[in-house]
Amino acid sequence: MRFERRESTSATLTVLAPLGAVAAALVVAGILIAIAGANAIEAYGLILRGAFGSRLGLTETLTRATPLILTGLAAAVAFRARLWNIGGEGQLYLGALAVTAFGLLPGVATAPAPVAILACLIAGAVAGAALLLVPVALKLRFGVDEVVTTLLLNFVAILFVSMMIEGSLKDPLAFGWPQSVPVPDAALLPQLVDRSRLHAGLLVALFLAVAVWWVQSRTVFGMQSRATGLNARAAAFAGVPLGRTLTIVACLSGGLAGLAGAIEVMGVKGYVTTDLSPNYGYSGIVIAMLANLNPIGVIAAALFSAVMFVGADSMSRALGIPSYIADVTVALALLTMLVAIFLTQYRVRR
Amino acid sequence: MTPVLELDGITKRFGSTLANDDVSLHLERGEVVALLGENGAGKTTLMSILFGHYTADAGEVRVDGQALPPGRSRAAIHAGVGMVHQHFALAANLTVLENVMTGTEPLWRLRSDRASARRRLTDLADRFGLPVNPDARVSDLSVGERQRVEILKALYNEARILILDEPTAVLTTQQAEGLFATLREMAAKGLSIIFISHKLNEVMSASDRVVVLRGGRVVAERATRDVTKGELAELMVGRAVVRPKRSPLRPGAVVLEALDLHLSGKGGAPLRGLDFHLRASETLGIIGVSGNGQTTLAGVVSGLYPPESGTLHVRGEPLKRHDVAHAIAAGIGRIPEDRHAEGVLGDMATWENVVLERLWSPEFSRRGIVRRKPARDATTRLLADYDVRGARVDSRVGLLSGGNMQKLILGRVLDAKPSILVAAQPSRGLDEGAIADVHRRLIEVRARGAGILLISEDLDEVIALSDRICAIVDGRLSPAIPVEHADARLLGLMMAGDWSAATDIANDADRMETSDAL
Repeated sequence: MRFERRESTSATLTVLAPLGAVAAALVVAGILIAIAGANAIEAYGLILRGAFGSRLGLTETLTRATPLILTGLAAAVAFRARLWNIGGEGQLYLGALAVTAFGLLPGVATAPAPVAILACLIAGAVAGAALLLVPVALKLRFGVDEVVTTLLLNFVAILFVSMMIEGSLKDPLAFGWPQSVPVPDAALLPQLVDRSRLHAGLLVALFLAVAVWWVQSRTVFGMQSRATGLNARAAAFAGVPLGRTLTIVACLSGGLAGLAGAIEVMGVKGYVTTDLSPNYGYSGIVIAMLANLNPIGVIAAALFSAVMFVGADSMSRALGIPSYIADVTVALALLTMLVAIFLTQYRVRR
Repeated sequence: MTPVLELDGITKRFGSTLANDDVSLHLERGEVVALLGENGAGKTTLMSILFGHYTADAGEVRVDGQALPPGRSRAAIHAGVGMVHQHFALAANLTVLENVMTGTEPLWRLRSDRASARRRLTDLADRFGLPVNPDARVSDLSVGERQRVEILKALYNEARILILDEPTAVLTTQQAEGLFATLREMAAKGLSIIFISHKLNEVMSASDRVVVLRGGRVVAERATRDVTKGELAELMVGRAVVRPKRSPLRPGAVVLEALDLHLSGKGGAPLRGLDFHLRASETLGIIGVSGNGQTTLAGVVSGLYPPESGTLHVRGEPLKRHDVAHAIAAGIGRIPEDRHAEGVLGDMATWENVVLERLWSPEFSRRGIVRRKPARDATTRLLADYDVRGARVDSRVGLLSGGNMQKLILGRVLDAKPSILVAAQPSRGLDEGAIADVHRRLIEVRARGAGILLISEDLDEVIALSDRICAIVDGRLSPAIPVEHADARLLGLMMAGDWSAATDIANDADRMETSDAL
């Protein structure tokens, strides 16, 4: 058996490949569910019902998907230019913290809501971007591997958040719990559906996914960042300013991750704690890979992931299967997706 | 006596193309056979079948009269077939000894017997005149040394039949000569050798017998001493290929002038005070042994990096900023030395490759947004004008053959009507037909009034295209001699750094020019 590079990948194949990959992952996870002693079909039915079957389930799924879309975009943008930003988690926390700190400034709490919201979102994005600019500067100046620096900065960032919410940003009314001062009411994101946690952050995330797609496929910067990722030497020969391109990519990527934190704190939590994010930053990497780095695909991948997590909770209560099956399924989907991506580029020959 | 190796009626089809069509050939003990053919003639496919990487649709491979099981590399190695690939298959982080031993010992043995392996390796190296340091890390070796390791690896596996796939593609002329001397010696000691090539000179000088492949079939088989280069060229291409020759033109004003360029490092050989001038309608050929600063010089003139000192004047004005956009805006067209690594982005679409280096121009972008329609239209036109085959506007460029890729690069560069063209190794790795195409274009551009800086290691090419020739030696340029005075001996002296004769000739030429002007 040999693999032959395809001349070009048809649009149908590009759409079918991820669907096939998810189906294959569900089959394998189904075997695991069967081994755990339950009926896989029933389990998947319960997962779907848990995620979509009720108003609460549906809104929870979309709420869960919102930060995942943003961290997924953050990873996709960076990886496209071969900037390995593993620091989404830290950027997310710093973005969230920046919103609460920014809220303390005089004038923010009393500003009209649209202004306060916009200003806080920008503050979060800037904080996330700033955190990623440090490793990128080190990479450009000294050739330091950003995989290591961005990953380790996650711990630095989270410990810094921890220090701040025990210290100068600690909420004096929280009975000693380590949590930050609340986001001012003016900066809270409006709810989309009554009596649910679903908030306007979802619209922001969807809008940004489309915007990122447009930037990557239609602008000079987008073409240059793709060229940088595909072959930096050829890109340099064609006059692509590598340093500037990577710096802008870093601002976008870090900014998106920072926004994920800002939106989560402004839409759902209202204040920062160190359990703000159940690894949204790291999940973003998986989602970006699942989406084959396609910004629109990120929406679908984030939804898939959110469905699995929200649905698995209720399935687990009904069947007694550990909800870790959601992690396993998403991880399996990542593996099958990598195979599927390979098969969109190569055909099998005997 | 049975031949040591026979290929009998090998046929292999990939999709709709017939890569090998009923190919038969044989190899005697102690013989050097050249397998000659253009890119895409089916040479590599044939050798891959022999080595078990592919299975043939029909036909048989026999070693010493015994048929090899198809598709089994291990069986081929076991039967004594060794293969040296064009792109070396060595682990850069291991030593020479470790590389050679890889795959020769059973995995489950805990200790590897280095001492005896080392002894065998040094014995082989002595016997066949292939000196290497067994403890050197492969990443520290030069290309020529790596190739030696590949050959030793085959010999270590007790190869009696050695197959080399385009062994000189990565070597300088000197290294290539060394390699062929070694191969002859190995043949004299009883090894049988097949080497794949599309270079006529090396086939003529190094083989006993030539098998010519074209379009997947054997079109001729001759004893090397009974053929001429011209005959082989015609057999290989299928028609008489004439490389076009330049006609004398009157050069115009100076378009590019370098004054005392210095640049150390930048990954290549340094420049140490380099001067030249280039006129309109003139080609200045720069020859030299590779690694003397050619790459650095091409990089500086292409705008990739600024010189540390010295200036580059374009049409009398010093180049304001040394970056690619300014170089292109100043009318410098650039053909890179390495098309795959620098010239194109294989995974990007054809149209993206065409416009990437001119994205800043208002023709292809407005307010930071790519104007896709003009870009795609320009590409469609360019594909037709420059006869790029096998490309569509949206297909990936990486699928093109070397010749078509070079045509695309030429098209992209010449479409911008440059007044200066830097052509670094423009025909490296191309077959005869494609070389003729490239040369025709370069002659056309010169006739249109551009000045061409031709940096090449192919002396025939430089002599055919240049008006003046200088040699680059250790980051400096020799005086430029008019091409009428160029002969192998003089060029050899110039490349070796003996510039006395060249200086006299250059001074005479200058005097002539001055008196002409008066």
